[in-house]
Amino acid sequence: MPKAERKPRLAVWKFASCDGCQLTLLDCEDELLAVAAAVEIAYFPEASSVMAKGPYDLSLVEGSITTAHDAERIHKIRRQSKALITIGACATSGGIQALRNFGDIDDMVAAVYATPKYIKTLATSTPISAHVKVDFELHGCPVNKDQLLEVLSAFLAGRRPAIASHSVCVECKLRGTTCVMVQGTPCLGPVTHAGCGAICPAYNRGCYGCFGPVEGGNTAALAAEWTRLGASPRDIQRVFSTFNAAAKPFRKESEAHGD
Amino acid sequence: MATRTIRVDTIARIEGESGLDLHVRDGRVTSAKLTIFEPPRLFEALLRGRGYAEVPDITARICGICPIAYQMSSVQAMEDAFGVHVDGQLRELRRLIYFGEWIESHGLHIVMLHAPDFLGFQDGIQMAAEHGDAVRGGLALKKVGNALMTLLGGREIHPVNVRVGGFYRVPDPKEFAPITEQLHRARDLAVATLRWVAAFPFPDYERDYEFVALRHASEYAIIGDRIVSNRGLDIAIGEYDSQFEERHVSHSTSLQSVLKRRGSYLVGPMARYALNFDRLPADIQALAKEAGLGPVCRNPFQSIIVRAVEVVYACDESLRIIAAYRKPDAPAIALEPRASVGHGCTEAPRGMIYHRYEIAADGSVVSARIVPPTSQNQLAIEEDLCAVASTALDLPDDALRDKCEQTIRNYDPCISCSCHFLRLAVHRT
Repeated sequence: MPKAERKPRLAVWKFASCDGCQLTLLDCEDELLAVAAAVEIAYFPEASSVMAKGPYDLSLVEGSITTAHDAERIHKIRRQSKALITIGACATSGGIQALRNFGDIDDMVAAVYATPKYIKTLATSTPISAHVKVDFELHGCPVNKDQLLEVLSAFLAGRRPAIASHSVCVECKLRGTTCVMVQGTPCLGPVTHAGCGAICPAYNRGCYGCFGPVEGGNTAALAAEWTRLGASPRDIQRVFSTFNAAAKPFRKESEAHGD
Repeated sequence: MATRTIRVDTIARIEGESGLDLHVRDGRVTSAKLTIFEPPRLFEALLRGRGYAEVPDITARICGICPIAYQMSSVQAMEDAFGVHVDGQLRELRRLIYFGEWIESHGLHIVMLHAPDFLGFQDGIQMAAEHGDAVRGGLALKKVGNALMTLLGGREIHPVNVRVGGFYRVPDPKEFAPITEQLHRARDLAVATLRWVAAFPFPDYERDYEFVALRHASEYAIIGDRIVSNRGLDIAIGEYDSQFEERHVSHSTSLQSVLKRRGSYLVGPMARYALNFDRLPADIQALAKEAGLGPVCRNPFQSIIVRAVEVVYACDESLRIIAAYRKPDAPAIALEPRASVGHGCTEAPRGMIYHRYEIAADGSVVSARIVPPTSQNQLAIEEDLCAVASTALDLPDDALRDKCEQTIRNYDPCISCSCHFLRLAVHRT
């Protein structure tokens, strides 16, 4: 544990990602100055020109590993970090860019860049846990602000973060939202990890799984229900293949459907 | 022969990962390169085969700071492809959520990322010790932008409510009551922020840019019809490819956009302001004048003032839209996918963002092309670096490095956006 007189040193790292999860920290408008008072922000290039060398007490890692350089960089970061927490779908499951794992990378690079030889990238997008030990994984695309603050508070207090492990369905009940499936709208809520607060059903649409699979979710039974509601195999293949496409339960269900 | 190399490995206080290489020989800047090493995420490739309705959810993930800009250009392109036009209150709601993104993004950049350059701090948090009111005011302003996005979109980052044809759900007028009060307060904070930044010390530097922005018949365009410039460009959005091209350079995973036969151009707040000053209400023109701006601003360091003017406008226009709001009969208009090509272009906080999609008869994406603002500004940024560094070569390395970083931050570049897109039109050999 950090000594009482020394503030814990925080570092925020970026790999392949959209920046939204680390932006969530800056979006804590009411708490940001308090967080900054409780820790030493040693490395957070998006927010500060201070770039202090390690070791760090806590590293927050956003993004997935998609280059050979990054595959090395994450090991260096792990060695300098007492605790390492991943924030968001890219860092915990590979993110939307993990769709490359199921295609031909050369073809994909050529579709975007005229001179593919300038581009150095791996054929896969992998989560941080595929490379180094991760102390805690926070789900979401993006992560939820309150959950991020809970993770930081728990770290400062030396306790385990209190992050619910139930499905989005439970959050709809807590919010008092009428089930959209009952009204005929296909929804991934039953098999998706809680954390967003069940936003999509509250906006009259089905959950699209951006917090990734909940443990023990019955994706096959849900896919059958989707079929009953009129979804095509291609619809089911696609919806399990988005922001957490490489997370195993979603990947398997996606592969079971298709054209 | 004296050779000097200035290198910045990671530029702080911008979105995404990039660096800078500056080469000086015999007292002259020989090259300035913004090196973008953000890993490619290949969005245009992975959009192929996806359903049209999924596209706004997927393109939002290109950038956590301007997801609405991606969603808006996407849905506009799809609607263009399917031959429908979203108008009336649905269009006003789209402008409203987009103003939320402007307020949030500009608020963040002005106070937390850009202002520290002028006042000599390493970040906004350090700056809060001496400029507490300004920082807290900026954060409060940013929070109102986020609240507007959350009300209309469900959440501030990657909102879930924007849909091809309109929205999934539209609010009842009474839901706007709390945000109306917050927006009035935000307007006051925005004016205070404008006056605060107007008093910063600005380097005496101007350049004669070709400004490019959207233009609308009556509005200061955030969603517009025409793409115009100060040197005679005036085209429909669908004609984008006839005038612009992208180049792939070896030092970047982003592509650089140029105007054909003309070269670099500038998008973003300074371009919008110069081209649409006449579309600002008289009281906002007066505030801009009081802040020291003429109808055109060519000093990129003063872009912080222009952003503050745009935040005041965004607050006023949001309040006007809310006051005139009537709930539409349906949250979205009906549409039928068809085999077609569609174009969309809207004004992200950092500048216009162009999307083009080819859609198959079953509504799936055949090909996608996305041109974000920072790709368009990259060449202008490098030209600015050359020009600014040339006037500052007597500075020691550290100070010169700071000056170069500031020059880049003038543009609020969004590196995650700028990388990984853009099919190249021209090979350079």
